[in-house]
Amino acid sequence: MPLTTIELPKRKREVIDEAVIRFCGDSGDGMQITGSQFTNTVALYGNDLATFPDYPAEIRAPAGTLPGVSGFQVHFSSSDVYTPGDSVDVLVAMNPAALKMNLPDLKTNGILIVNLDSFKENDLRKAQIVTNPLEDHSLDGYRLFAVELTKMTRAALKDLGLDAKSMDRCKNFFALGMCYWLYNRSMEPTHGWLQEKFKNKQQLVQANKLAMQAGYSYCEATEAFQISYEIPPAKLAPGVYRNISGNAALALGFVAASQKAGIPLFLGSYPITPASDILHELSMYKDFGVITFQAEDEIAAITSAIGAAYAGALGITSTSGPGMALKTEALGLAVAVELPLVICDIQRGGPSTGLPTKTEQADLLQALFGRNSEAPIPVLAPSSPGDCFWIALEASRIAIKHMVPVIVLSDGYLANGAEPWKVPTIEELPEIPVHFETNPEGFLPYRRDPVTLSRPWAIPGTPGLEHRIGGIEKQDVTGNINYEPLNHEHMVRLRAAKVESVANDIPPVIPEGDESGDLLIIAWGSTHGPITAALNAQREKGRRIGHIHLRHLNPLPRDLGEVISRYKKVLVPEMNMGQLSMILRAKYLVDAQGYNKIQGKPFKTSEIEQKIEEMLGLTPSVAAEDDADEQAGEQL
Amino acid sequence: MTTATLPVYTKKDFQTDQEIRWCPGCGDYAILSAVQMVFADLGIPREKFVIISGIGCSSRFPYYMNTFGFHTIHGRAPAIATGLKIVRPDLEVWVATGDGDSLSIGGNHTIHMLRRNVGLKVLLFNNKIYGLTKGQYSPTSEVGKKTKSTPFGTTDRPFNPISLAIGSEATFVARSVDVFQQHLKDVLRKAAAHKGSAYVEILQNCNIFNDGAWETVTEKDARSENIVQLEHGKPLIFGKNRDKGIRLNGLDLEVVQLGQGVTEKDLLVHDEKHPRAAYAFLLAHMEQRPGFPTPIGVLRSWDQVPRYEDLINDQIREVQAKRGKGDLAKLLRSGDTWELKA
Repeated sequence: MPLTTIELPKRKREVIDEAVIRFCGDSGDGMQITGSQFTNTVALYGNDLATFPDYPAEIRAPAGTLPGVSGFQVHFSSSDVYTPGDSVDVLVAMNPAALKMNLPDLKTNGILIVNLDSFKENDLRKAQIVTNPLEDHSLDGYRLFAVELTKMTRAALKDLGLDAKSMDRCKNFFALGMCYWLYNRSMEPTHGWLQEKFKNKQQLVQANKLAMQAGYSYCEATEAFQISYEIPPAKLAPGVYRNISGNAALALGFVAASQKAGIPLFLGSYPITPASDILHELSMYKDFGVITFQAEDEIAAITSAIGAAYAGALGITSTSGPGMALKTEALGLAVAVELPLVICDIQRGGPSTGLPTKTEQADLLQALFGRNSEAPIPVLAPSSPGDCFWIALEASRIAIKHMVPVIVLSDGYLANGAEPWKVPTIEELPEIPVHFETNPEGFLPYRRDPVTLSRPWAIPGTPGLEHRIGGIEKQDVTGNINYEPLNHEHMVRLRAAKVESVANDIPPVIPEGDESGDLLIIAWGSTHGPITAALNAQREKGRRIGHIHLRHLNPLPRDLGEVISRYKKVLVPEMNMGQLSMILRAKYLVDAQGYNKIQGKPFKTSEIEQKIEEMLGLTPSVAAEDDADEQAGEQL
Repeated sequence: MTTATLPVYTKKDFQTDQEIRWCPGCGDYAILSAVQMVFADLGIPREKFVIISGIGCSSRFPYYMNTFGFHTIHGRAPAIATGLKIVRPDLEVWVATGDGDSLSIGGNHTIHMLRRNVGLKVLLFNNKIYGLTKGQYSPTSEVGKKTKSTPFGTTDRPFNPISLAIGSEATFVARSVDVFQQHLKDVLRKAAAHKGSAYVEILQNCNIFNDGAWETVTEKDARSENIVQLEHGKPLIFGKNRDKGIRLNGLDLEVVQLGQGVTEKDLLVHDEKHPRAAYAFLLAHMEQRPGFPTPIGVLRSWDQVPRYEDLINDQIREVQAKRGKGDLAKLLRSGDTWELKA
């Protein structure tokens, strides 16, 4: 077909600052791959970006049904990106169920691409839709492109000799090709990925390439698309970048910590969503001497890591809330025997099984206090996917320096969300000195370093250091079993003082935004993105606001109280019922106001902005009851 | 460098200055003494020994052994010991545990340690009672037993620890008795020599809460009638006059009287190296049947299975041999990267 002779219509190309695309479809439609390929391409181009995958807990809910909908959102820009975006500019919906679930997030007049071939009566019924939205004018507020994705993909692949099912599996790449055209992006990075992925299946490489090309050409050929967009590269700090998810960053951080400390890394873990990727990632790094042990249960996961720490390794265990609950007793043991250990809790919605694939920040009080008796543990929280790398190093450093278990509180949003990450050089990594006791002269297992209050790390196999440790209360210095009342109080206070001494290394608090003013936002964890975006927007309007994002939740920075006193009001947005605000109120007697969202979803920038304006008296306050009603209504 | 010589120890070298807090007359003293004597004879440097325990009377064991020791939490000793042994395969790691600790709260870790064949030696102090919590029935207590928590008798069927271990594909399973010092030491030495998991059930008397639980096997007059001592390559003979034996009958065992046409040649000859675990399982079940003796000694010793910690460390070495040792700078820059110029 002499395509080249056809005069292609001249189309407008508009330069814009940013865009948000969401790919959604059935879990079997390959939406996660489509989204991550698009992400990879815009990242390589130099845009700043943030992504958020949203997939169902079911592995394969019945095809075409509402519970089976899987989505992947990419926010990319020529300036700084803090969140995956509140609402979307382009929605690609592969079936009616995906359309129904995701349409509320599409901006008015946004671009809506749907697969026309999957809007048959049966498809609509599976999505519990009564009238066909493509025909009933309910989509009139959007720029709708109903494309025969299935039919055209089959036509493009007809000469490859694939069966219908295999051809249909390529239709996501047809959609991907369309989006590449829409944003003027090269298909080269995806070609490279296909070549690598299907090294020994050239037919699949060809099929996906052809489908993507067909989608691209379709946009080029049809006059339906009158406009395409150009988003120039962002001005990020110079350096080498890669795209990284929170879980991958944690894994890399632990490998780096093990290398810097010069001791082997041992991960004891039991599979649990959304933490399993840490186990998957670390199991690949055998060339770094990394030991991964998939334990028989959550308890064996942490206790094996304690055994490894006792042996002189960097002991780590990774889990989510329900697993954290099971590890509780062993955490107390690690506190009592004073061995270094890092416990990663990748939080998800609870209680019990709760919302396995949705995010929440409701394990803070569990991390701080969820053990019998007085069992203080340092608690850290990363603020972005890339920050997970640095938190892994910081947690390992504290654990080893103070001979103490350390909890890292990440969450599903950070774990699966990704962002461009500036790759550090080896020189930028912190030192993690390790000292194994070897001198039997005057050795006593609980003789302490006067500054860090840590006991010696005396590993089995060291001649002359034979000694006993255990969970029973012990005499300080000698470590002998001791039930005396005053000794117990001494030990309880000592363990607390040791954890408190971690604050000696916490840098001074420097708020983002204003150093004093009308409002201080204090937050932790994955809310950093939307809060930063809201803070910037509000400060541009002249409002005097500061933001402290706590990475150390226990102990808290020493100067936090002083910094808080510089502001008139304190706002604490959290994806829980107000756990950090409870701590701040108790510790600093400050009237910290919680802003709490417990929907398994991150905050939107607009929500934070609205709350800021309300706190500043700029908008009428919304009664808490009304909020609750609204939330309940949405769930129905 | 002088040539390495084997360390010479006595029992005393393995004793600590800690006051022993077991009840006077407890069977644990005899076990402690046997272990101290065996460790002294093994020719292994003292610092290489680690004893990991859970919770219970028996789990106080590490405090009384002058080795490295870790008194952990209830039931978890095998998991802690597994982590230790993977990182340090060169250490001699022994687990001291009881019937409650190992078979009830720690049942899961016990079976997984055994199926993995981690190179740990487990001393199961089986006294068929919860001692430290003062007298509730345990998972090895006999049906109908009246205890503090079962005033009308238990309704639980007990575990046979040996069967459980064999069912978990344990590679070394043995049984001895606290008061049979020589036998106990022999069994412990064999356990020490085994590469993989060695599970040793020690019938132990709790003279406070379950006194005489093993009387039928320990009582001088009764023991030879009620015990068959397993010895590799020897026929299964028992009885005061050594006139009874165990004979294979189809897929089952039977007790036979020697003489009257039945000779030693007709008896089952013990083969601790038997490739089928089913053989040891058959022996383990004898004691639950009327007229059958309780077998003691090594039921199974199967050295054909690699140790877990070796497999893990070999895999790491293989990957390192193939890929080279990891380069951190390279790892951090792996995947798709892009460079932004100043």
